[in-house]
Amino acid sequence: MNQRELPEHPDFLWANPEPKRSYDVVIVGAGGHGLATAYYLASKHGITNVAVLERGWIAGGNMARNTTIIRSNYLWDESAAIYEHSLKLWENLEEELGYDVFFSQRGVLNLAHTLQDVRDSVRRVEANRLNGVDAEWVDPQQVKELCPIINVGDDIRYPVMGGTYQPRAGIAKHDWVAWGYARRASELGVDIIQNCEVTGFVIDGGRVTGVETSRGRINAGKVALCAAGHTSVLSELAGFRVPIQSHPLQALVSELHEIIHPTVVMSNHVHVYVSQAHKGELVMGAGIDSYNGYGQRGSFHVIEHQMSAAVELFPAFSRAHLLRTWGGIVDVTMDASPVMGRSPVDGMYVNCGWGTGGFKAVPGAGFAYAHTIATDEPHELNRGFGLDRFVSGALIDEHGAAAVAH
Amino acid sequence: MAADQTRRIDAGGAIDRSTPVELVVDGTTLTGFAGDTVASALVANGRLRVGDSIYRGRPRGILSAGVEEPNAFVLVHGDHDESMLPATTLELVPGLDVRLLDGIGVLDQKPDPAEYDKMHVHADVAVVGAGPAGLAAARAAAATGARVVLLEQDFRLGGSLLASPAEVVEGVPAAQWVEQVRAELEAAPEVRVLIRTTAFGSYDNNHLIAVEKRAEHLDGTARDGIPRQRIWHVTAAQVVLATGAFERPIVFADNDVPGVMLASSVTTYVRRYAALPGREAVVVTTNDSGYAAAHALLEAGASVQVLDARDEGASPVVASAAQAAGLRVRTGCAVVGIDGDASVEGAWVARIDAEGALVGDAERVVCDLVAVSGGWTPNVSLHSQRQGALHWDDDLAGFVPTAAVRNQHLAGAVRGTYWTDGCRAEGDAAGVAAASAAGFSAASRSTVIGADAVAEERVARAGRTRQLWVVEGREGGYATHFVDLQRDNTAADVLRATGAGMRSVEHVKRYTSISTGVDQGRIGAVNTIGLLTRVLSGDDTRAIPPGQPGQDETASGPAAGAARPTPGAIGNTTFRAPFTPVAFAALAGRSRGDLFDAARTTSIHPWHEAHGALFEDVGQWKRPWYYPRPGEDIDAAVARECRAAREGVAFMDATTLGKIEIRGADAGEFLNRLYTNAFKKLAVGKARYGVMCKPDGMVFDDGVVLRLAEDRYFATTTTGGAARVLEWLEEWSQTEWPDLDVVCTSVTEQWSTIAVVGPRSREVIARMAPDLDVTREGFGFMEFRETVLASGIPARICRITFSGELAFEINVPTWYGLQVWEDVAEAGADFDITPYGTETMHVLRAEKAYPIVGQDTDGTVTPQDLGMSWIVSTTKDFVGNRSYSRSSHRAADRKQLVSVLPLDRSLRLPEGAQLVEPGALGDYTGEGLPSRPIPMLGHVTSSYHSQALGRSFGLALVKAGRDRIGQTLIASFEGRFAEVEVADAVLYDKEGARRDG
Repeated sequence: MNQRELPEHPDFLWANPEPKRSYDVVIVGAGGHGLATAYYLASKHGITNVAVLERGWIAGGNMARNTTIIRSNYLWDESAAIYEHSLKLWENLEEELGYDVFFSQRGVLNLAHTLQDVRDSVRRVEANRLNGVDAEWVDPQQVKELCPIINVGDDIRYPVMGGTYQPRAGIAKHDWVAWGYARRASELGVDIIQNCEVTGFVIDGGRVTGVETSRGRINAGKVALCAAGHTSVLSELAGFRVPIQSHPLQALVSELHEIIHPTVVMSNHVHVYVSQAHKGELVMGAGIDSYNGYGQRGSFHVIEHQMSAAVELFPAFSRAHLLRTWGGIVDVTMDASPVMGRSPVDGMYVNCGWGTGGFKAVPGAGFAYAHTIATDEPHELNRGFGLDRFVSGALIDEHGAAAVAH
Repeated sequence: MAADQTRRIDAGGAIDRSTPVELVVDGTTLTGFAGDTVASALVANGRLRVGDSIYRGRPRGILSAGVEEPNAFVLVHGDHDESMLPATTLELVPGLDVRLLDGIGVLDQKPDPAEYDKMHVHADVAVVGAGPAGLAAARAAAATGARVVLLEQDFRLGGSLLASPAEVVEGVPAAQWVEQVRAELEAAPEVRVLIRTTAFGSYDNNHLIAVEKRAEHLDGTARDGIPRQRIWHVTAAQVVLATGAFERPIVFADNDVPGVMLASSVTTYVRRYAALPGREAVVVTTNDSGYAAAHALLEAGASVQVLDARDEGASPVVASAAQAAGLRVRTGCAVVGIDGDASVEGAWVARIDAEGALVGDAERVVCDLVAVSGGWTPNVSLHSQRQGALHWDDDLAGFVPTAAVRNQHLAGAVRGTYWTDGCRAEGDAAGVAAASAAGFSAASRSTVIGADAVAEERVARAGRTRQLWVVEGREGGYATHFVDLQRDNTAADVLRATGAGMRSVEHVKRYTSISTGVDQGRIGAVNTIGLLTRVLSGDDTRAIPPGQPGQDETASGPAAGAARPTPGAIGNTTFRAPFTPVAFAALAGRSRGDLFDAARTTSIHPWHEAHGALFEDVGQWKRPWYYPRPGEDIDAAVARECRAAREGVAFMDATTLGKIEIRGADAGEFLNRLYTNAFKKLAVGKARYGVMCKPDGMVFDDGVVLRLAEDRYFATTTTGGAARVLEWLEEWSQTEWPDLDVVCTSVTEQWSTIAVVGPRSREVIARMAPDLDVTREGFGFMEFRETVLASGIPARICRITFSGELAFEINVPTWYGLQVWEDVAEAGADFDITPYGTETMHVLRAEKAYPIVGQDTDGTVTPQDLGMSWIVSTTKDFVGNRSYSRSSHRAADRKQLVSVLPLDRSLRLPEGAQLVEPGALGDYTGEGLPSRPIPMLGHVTSSYHSQALGRSFGLALVKAGRDRIGQTLIASFEGRFAEVEVADAVLYDKEGARRDG
């Protein structure tokens, strides 16, 4: 197939019904996680009387703003387990959803530029392998073979000392993933309701019984929060707090160019990650802006720094052009791992804090969250990610392994 | 030479006919004139066709004369090819060799030899855009004495006036007026006029970012000493946006055939460039502005027919001017299709009804040019980047700013002011208002009209625009009605999106890819929104509904009772930086190579280089890694260096450690709260090792703290941690404990530190510092002394060790570092004093189990895990303390620092190797991946060959590690396995006997 052309979408995606008065489960937030959760509730647990409420348009938050990288080479056992489960679901997703989401297993290279990078990389590779995650350490020459446009010479400030490579990792078309889930969920009877903002919760004797929305009260047997950084705002309405901070994280694209970049390259040390999407645009992410906020925009110096790093590593990008920048909001916990599980309110569940890892986790998180909602018990995959860990101190600290780039 | 410019108009235009310029296009040489763009040179040579469309391979032509161009992209060959440049903005300069692109670029893999730089400036008033509004604003602001920066993307000032040089402004022809204002601005001392400079980003605090082309117009290539492009960071007290407006097309069948052009662009080619795009033209317009193109074409000798889509035709003044000029005008008509494939050969013309549907049969009109005006869209990008509000103005038929954002002003067409004198007057008023708000005062030249009157006059002057977005074709369907030419998207694609359930313009954008091209929707966005307005008001979202919205009594279905959508209700997609694309390299500027990140070197660095050191990057620092002698590899060199430190004397440059001075009456209390151990009662003249933790109780940094005076401490940090530790101290001091009297200052750069290490170090120090009592009794461990060295240099000498050996650290002001280092070398020459680097330092400290924060810790390790419970105070509170009472901190399987000894004494494990229980591997052989996860106990954090122990060893974090001492575990690495014995972390001189020499 011509690399520039994308397949046609299905003729019909999802219905736009009026909200009913009552649902078994109300999911707050129709991003990737909310839609995937609805789909797995319906398909795996037979719970179809479900509404997914969205303040704006579906998949318009971080789902529309991420750099679409999918990988599972996380350091800690708990992280590797859920991301690897997610990757396995990705590998079968197009078939399951009947929707070509352009999942492309082109591999992800994580570069090492210092001796400590090398130590951390080797540690992660060895841990990945014992966890059943494909990973290998590659030397600079192998880096060059995997991605010929990288400058592996000594003429840059932090020469490439090698990297880790996960061949099964890759990218996908973000919007289509959300639409694929929305389409199947809609087919299975889930109501997707856009322009419907949740403004409060109805809580009776410590148990949630409904939500107040901009389109009136909707009763609910269970309520599942799926609102990334805005979970802080929602949980306050429900009377509890979640330990997340929200930061802008910028990304950008160039205009279209003939494909020259065969894989995905990430570098924590010089703060850049880049792939070339199917149509030919370079898709890149920058570092996190250090201030907190919900504004979906960041500071330009972060972009400038990222461009320096990009041109250092990829001389061919010199006169590619920055076409569009944007900001997403990363919701980060103190250990850079997500929160998923029951909340202090009966019948209410939280799923947030995915930071920069949310997109790749969509299938896995939706799968585990649906289980948690359906059974009122965490799935084995998210048992370690409950709110209780911030009390016990049993953190799953991914900072050391992946503080910035995902 | 000019003979081949078959479409060059004989006179006029802002081109220099005395300076022909050659241009190579796809290997063919053409000629234009200085003052042309590549596009105008093509037009002058009768070439409207450019590269084909990206997906459908349809022939495409030059559509516009500016940054909104969706078709005419070129690759410019040079020392580094640059792709995707619009021919319409590319200045014609000698030596240009371009290739027409089919909507996709080709990246050059050669290094870019050009230089790029950045400028940061402050201004009282920054004005964006140098049309009549911007020029008037800059002039008015400049007259007050304010510091003004005027940014113009074109290579000439004038904006819309460039296409109407004869128009009278303030009593003189426009071209003359522009020249007068230019001269006035040039004469003003505080004014900077930047042409070829596009303001592409607008950020908080009136921070504008612009890119200036500085060299390409000189000779097309990079020149030494002149950066090719420059990024301007302009921070202005006040900003005037005079960014103009973009003309929209009308979408009809085959509206992409070369020869279909925006009407105002036709005017620009004729009047500014004296280039005639067609000899037989049809002008189709929904508004009065289209008539300008008709007049321009007529005056240039073309035949012209005007189709005015409005039943009532033009405003009286415009209509009578048309009549006076003898223009043929038909009202209530539009172009409904194009005849021709690679060029316009004719236009199908028909009467259309209120919804754009054909009435009666279409008629074929022979023509070679169709000039289109579908109305105007204010260029609000910079306004919107600052979250400036927009609303749909139904009279002006466009999204216009509701109000300027704080400390900004809007003037001219960006507000929907579409006549020159109105633009000039608004610019004048905005310039005065901006200067005044910035603290300068002057009178305005214009009488400022009240806002309401202006709004009325805007509409009166512009005339009515018919909101006609898509015109039905002769054959039904919308498959060749191009909405976004660059992305090859049609009205049919929009209908597919709405038919699939899309209701949000954002979804339609993503479903179709409309507005994602280089022009970012400048050509197609509003037509798409207008189309959505129509479609979403009907029942069938796969069709454009018949009948008039709001007047159709028979309407039924969901739209009947609901308010009908308007373009305002549909809304825009978000405007984002950059306004126009900017080369990555320009944004990188000089932050490349050595300047990518400051490479910090110590004052002793030249010596290290001269003595063959290899270097390691630690944070920003270049640290000597080891000093190989001829024939030595790293292992041999490190063994030799270790031996010197353990058996004789060695020295290392420890300058890179972070150093922070903490002063104030509460300095002791402050440190008590941040370190796990106590510092308040540390005696002056004494030193103490300390550990700092995050609130979760995990080790964050460590170092030695000296107490210099009652109210003065000197803390060292890890080399890589210096900045974040200072930030950490500042955060607590400023946000949590502002009541404490404490000031923190980085003094890393102020001191050079030389560690002199080994049994014979005392003798070296005695020679260096004859006044100092260096005896074991006279100079105790963890003490420091101020002294004057034999050389006369004042020094602070500490007795601290990071190797377990007797050791001293000499601290001197940075500028003495090299001399003192050389003095140490000389003083120790008798003892064969040996320089050593970080690798040896790591081995020596690992033998003593001194952890390296960040190597042996990873943010999950407490001091207790490191076997350093002794350093955690139980009598005071400190950051991290409360976490130690959490259940996970009492868990039996916490990872603890131990050493691991490979049973194969020569095997040096890779750092990062994982450790598992014997038997945990099951049937896993190391080939491929295990069938199920294998539980891991921990990993090897450090691994070396020990010269002192005569074997390899490692440090490791292992679950319940201290309970496992004596056990054998399996190390897993590179698909191999090796047995290791867990041992106490400290392997060398456990009693600490060597510390005092």
